[in-house]
Amino acid sequence: MEKNIILAGVGGQGILSIAFVIDHAALDAGFQFKQAEVHGMAQRGGAVQSNLRYGDSVIWSDIIPIGKVDVVLSVEPLEVMRYRHYLRPGGWVVTSTTPYVNIPDYPETDSLLADLANLENIVMIDTAHFARAAGNLRAQNMVAIGAASPLLDFKVDRLLAFVEMLFARKGEKIVAVNQRAFRFGRAAGLFFRGLVDSGMPRMAALSLVGKLDPETIDEAHAGAWAEAIAGDEAKLKSVLAEEEAVPCDRAATFA
Amino acid sequence: MDREILLGDEAIGLGAIHAGLSGVYGYPGTPSTEIFEFVERRTKKSGDVHAFWSTNEKVAYEEALGMSWAGKRALVCMKHVGLNVAADAFMNSAVTGTNGGLVLAVADDPGMHSSQNEQDSRYFAQFALIPCFEPRNQQECYDMMFEAFALSEELSVPVMIRMVTRIAHSRAGVETRGKLPQNELQPDKQIKKWTLLPVNARVQYKKLTEKQPELLRRAEDSRHNSLELRGRSGVIACGLAGNYLYENLESDHDYSVLSICQYPLPAGMVRSFVNHVDDLLILEDGYPLVESTVRGLFGLDNVRVTGRMTGEVPRTGELNPDIVREALGMEPLPTAYDPATEIANRPPALCKGCPHTDSFRALNEALNDFDNPQVFSDIGCYTLAALPPLEAVHSCVAMGASIGMAAGAAHAGYSPAVAAIGDSTFSHGGITPLLSAVQQNVNLNVLVVDNSTVGMTGAQRSMSTGPTLDQIILGTGISEDHFRIIEPTPRNHAQNVAVMREELAYNGPSVIVARRACIEALKTRSN
Repeated sequence: MEKNIILAGVGGQGILSIAFVIDHAALDAGFQFKQAEVHGMAQRGGAVQSNLRYGDSVIWSDIIPIGKVDVVLSVEPLEVMRYRHYLRPGGWVVTSTTPYVNIPDYPETDSLLADLANLENIVMIDTAHFARAAGNLRAQNMVAIGAASPLLDFKVDRLLAFVEMLFARKGEKIVAVNQRAFRFGRAAGLFFRGLVDSGMPRMAALSLVGKLDPETIDEAHAGAWAEAIAGDEAKLKSVLAEEEAVPCDRAATFA
Repeated sequence: MDREILLGDEAIGLGAIHAGLSGVYGYPGTPSTEIFEFVERRTKKSGDVHAFWSTNEKVAYEEALGMSWAGKRALVCMKHVGLNVAADAFMNSAVTGTNGGLVLAVADDPGMHSSQNEQDSRYFAQFALIPCFEPRNQQECYDMMFEAFALSEELSVPVMIRMVTRIAHSRAGVETRGKLPQNELQPDKQIKKWTLLPVNARVQYKKLTEKQPELLRRAEDSRHNSLELRGRSGVIACGLAGNYLYENLESDHDYSVLSICQYPLPAGMVRSFVNHVDDLLILEDGYPLVESTVRGLFGLDNVRVTGRMTGEVPRTGELNPDIVREALGMEPLPTAYDPATEIANRPPALCKGCPHTDSFRALNEALNDFDNPQVFSDIGCYTLAALPPLEAVHSCVAMGASIGMAAGAAHAGYSPAVAAIGDSTFSHGGITPLLSAVQQNVNLNVLVVDNSTVGMTGAQRSMSTGPTLDQIILGTGISEDHFRIIEPTPRNHAQNVAVMREELAYNGPSVIVARRACIEALKTRSN
């Protein structure tokens, strides 16, 4: 077994915190791992990435070859485009849909997200929405790793233990916020996949996930929602028109 | 046995501590900075390792050499271009030899991720006639420190550990051992050894040359160099290049492989290898040092040698597994997608609220009166002012070069000759050219952007900031009337432009200090 991941984002978004959690989980699981990162000039608001590899036999290169990447995990939607050609056939993209606009020629968000939605295997997640719901907008990186966690090879409680280790210095409250962000991300990512597997278009799935009460999201209800909405835009609109966040077990109400 | 997650840089630092280190020296520079920072952090509590940033790499090297003279183990770390600054002390330390172990960890930056060139420090090791280790992974970074210190003490030579960005800034689990005790204070009173008057230096230099056969023997016997003879196609892989090679090969491959991680180049191994193969691909991160040595001026009889010099591997830039794959003539791996076309670039930029932005906005406006003005800049965050939207500086060459180049331009009759330099870069390399310019009464304008820290490398301590900086500048003999201090803020903009205009109009040396703390450093300090 070998897993190769490109972590992508913009300097300051917390890529290295994601790497910290996975590195420790890999060490803890007894895997070999290597994780190359970017320091110095590029960190000043530039595009940053980290190549993370783990497996049960020797890992040679610190850099992942083109065509061996299993997962591109991006905290920013545009950054996916920089690395998508590293993915092996069947590889996954897990990405935030929250743009980080610090350049004048940033593409139009709707067309960027539409391009992403056309990729073969993708989990899209509004990290800003779930980080805010968890209690801190800065926790978007933890939402992203939560969403990617089903594609990794670690038990959830081990990953959460290393989230705790990462933030322990900053106090219990910050730990709790980040662990919540991770859980929201994981649940939302699984739910998104469930909707898509049940036939819902990705952009519709993305907006529906964003309307549900984060505390209640459970992939077990994905089939019911896909069936209830059944490709009917009017039905989706009626959900999105709700004033309050909708509990995840209420799919039948909108059928 | 403990297993710790460490960057290559950190593994160097921990290896040094466990090998009985007494002092770490250096000047911040990507990708080497984390070596020093790790030792500083790890030994803070015990306080038994001297860890204080030096003014520049030359000072760092000399301090390390002094520690070695006193019989203790010293580690000096810097980036590749830093070794140019330290070269005087470095070259001569090979001639004096060492007492306590002296290890130089130098981090090259092939591909220039954060540097102005991609020079290969292995040439410096060869130049100085000293041994060089090139670790392939984080475990070797750690383990090689024990060997390097022991070798330095045994043969009385400084030892180089040559790293590249990709190992310096990559993490892995490292198995660690127990800590060796530090050496006792045991100064070396062989005065002739340390006094390189020509009469002594000739003796010492001869001794250094006489050590070479032994250094070569060590490389031939080294467990870091390995010869694996299979088919008639051969690959010589140096350092990390070996990883990129094996990344692409199956275990039943038919290549003969010579892996080299300890220098001088083991000539006996190379000879056996060359005798075995018909064609030979040479893979090395950096310059084609091994390739040009093996090929010689006229190439080898009966063996076709390929590599960076023949175009199978690009002549410039960092190696990676994809480049090596292509050099091996293998098909690219299948991918899920083609590269996206025309992705908006996201270049690095000055932080929001950075004082440099205000300094250079003012300078741009003050220079509006001149046709196509030139600002000679230096190396630091403020070099980013070269990029849009500011486009305020127009050169960046070497630490301190802003002032020297502005002076030279002024000598040629160019006006206004403007230099921009940070407070730490000023202490590193700016004091001597300023002293020179003031004493010669050169018509130049120096803007020192004093943000009170070494910003680009992560807010390390600056040697000359605030009152210390002012005293140094005044100490050059500059007129007090033309030494001005401003605070670069949006509110002070008009006033700052006026000060700059006044000094640009003055015919003689002037210095303006733009003083406001780095916002990132303020964040770090408040944490």
